Amino acid sequence: MPLLAVEDLKTYFFTRRGVVKAVDGVSFTLEAGETLALVGESGSGKSVTCLSLVRLVPEPAGRIVGGRILLDGDDLLAKNPRQMRRVRGKQIAMVLQDPMTSLNPGLTIGTQVGEVMRLHQGIRGRSLRERVVDALRRLRISAAESRLGQFPHQFSGGMRQRVSSAIALSCAPRVLIADEPTTSLDVTIQAQYLELLKEVQAAAGVAVILVTHDFGIVAANADRVAVMYAGRIVEMGTTLQVFNNPRHPYTQALLRCLPDVDLKREQLVEIGGQPPDLAALPPGCPFAPRCSERQPICERSLPPAVTVDAGHTAACFLAVATPA
Amino acid sequence: MARYLAGRLAQTLLSMLVVISIVFFLTRLSGNPIHLLLDVNASERDQEILTRHLGLDRPLPVQYLIYVRNICLGDFGTSILTRRPVTEHIWERLPATAELGFVAMALSVLIGVPFGMYSAVRRGTAFDSGARIFAVLGQSMPAFWLGLMLILLFGVILGIFPAGGRGGIEHIILPAFTLGYFTSAAILRLTRSAMLEVLGSDYIKFARLKGLHEQVVLWKHGLKNALLPVVTFAVMLFVQFLGGAVVTETVFAWPGLGRLILESITTRDYPIVQAGVLVLSALYLTGNLCVDLLYSYLNPRIRRAGA
Repeated sequence: MPLLAVEDLKTYFFTRRGVVKAVDGVSFTLEAGETLALVGESGSGKSVTCLSLVRLVPEPAGRIVGGRILLDGDDLLAKNPRQMRRVRGKQIAMVLQDPMTSLNPGLTIGTQVGEVMRLHQGIRGRSLRERVVDALRRLRISAAESRLGQFPHQFSGGMRQRVSSAIALSCAPRVLIADEPTTSLDVTIQAQYLELLKEVQAAAGVAVILVTHDFGIVAANADRVAVMYAGRIVEMGTTLQVFNNPRHPYTQALLRCLPDVDLKREQLVEIGGQPPDLAALPPGCPFAPRCSERQPICERSLPPAVTVDAGHTAACFLAVATPA
Repeated sequence: MARYLAGRLAQTLLSMLVVISIVFFLTRLSGNPIHLLLDVNASERDQEILTRHLGLDRPLPVQYLIYVRNICLGDFGTSILTRRPVTEHIWERLPATAELGFVAMALSVLIGVPFGMYSAVRRGTAFDSGARIFAVLGQSMPAFWLGLMLILLFGVILGIFPAGGRGGIEHIILPAFTLGYFTSAAILRLTRSAMLEVLGSDYIKFARLKGLHEQVVLWKHGLKNALLPVVTFAVMLFVQFLGGAVVTETVFAWPGLGRLILESITTRDYPIVQAGVLVLSALYLTGNLCVDLLYSYLNPRIRRAGA
């Protein structure tokens, strides 16, 4: 049994403009200790998928309308708010994109790290302080002891992201969701942070869902990749499978967009057109209007996910037609 | 920090001197107290004697210098009417004003902060609309009218609360509500807007991701940051209550400082007016100073910058 199994997850937003299908039938699994990368353009449903896993979709507009989220076979969508709070931070933790805003400016670092452990592990007093220092040290925050009383504004961006990671990892969660954790960091700090995360992940055996739109980060960090487009997973496989043998035209187009030093490409390639309006999706494949290999059938019906290789699926009519 | 404090203190003292001067000259413009103190049929000689006795025959600058010197020595003079020291009068009235101000402030905060907070949390619901109507009413109803209506309803028609005067707890409810309604409405609106901003922030999302109870998220992570502007505002209002409750005190015949000043103006009792206004200004300036210091304490970023 996989650690986490998401089955046909549907999260819709009910707005004045209509129903926005932000996540529309997403399924994937996650094994203990592995890293799954979720890639896709902005608005493809990556972040909403993550928020759905911990059931923190902004209500009342957003609602999970269907599917199952099984953590160790236990359906999270069937839990009550009290049970759900025991999952958050303890079983599934999350690191947000912007470290400058994800820490509370009015509370000390010590308080913010300590409150999770107090809540989920019931540690108090002196041993709590020791555990907080340990948690910070694990993320290589130097002089951790003397920094407990400091406030977030006294830390740099990279350091703050380490503090949030220390908070997220402090209760030894089974799953860590990292929602574009490096987007707002310098490139050098990015690499440093991701290395550190990998190290901690290996030591703690935590499974990571890494949300990003940076294929470089995917290649260096992920075991498997899920490519999202318009609220669906269009292609999923191991990192090697997806990079070496992309079967969905969207994945192929995304990979073509990467600047390539060897080929000395003078201009960056882009995918023409716009992502579709999620409140008014076409009946067929949502990528069809932008697809260079569009067939008549693509505009009429939705392509199902087909297995093209062991553990490699693609939701495209062409994926069957062209065997590897 | 010490230098900042010394600077602010000097500023406060200078402001005090300006206030003293303004009060002194303004009261001199309001008419001759001799005419009020003496009978209409008093002789010229009686008037002259009283004028000399009160020191009003000296040139204004001399009167002014004597006045400033005496204040520095803690002597605010004696009331023209009662011949008792002014400080006695003020000490007599100050507790009543402080009591009313304190209760009104407590009421405003106890109503304004929680209602403002839940108004933000339940934005767009019936609760929110209700709270906002309460706030608009509070900010648009003048105190003298609200006070009279409350007296009419609770004092005269229902007879639950006394219509005026100072006494037990039943006496303070109506005036405290009259004084506090406007401020509770203002605090409610301020808390609501500050809270709305805070609720949309990432650190609230992060706090929820930790698995914290929603109440902990709201009170510990939300309110503390939303309270910054509210605290500043509330302290300033409290200081104003201590002096600016003239209307409410008059409507409810509350024996406070505001009413003492008002009475003294009509009887042209200069020394009391001067001292009363001075006390209020001193309170106000001290309040200002406190807000500055409090703010730097509450906001860690300012604290560091100032240190």
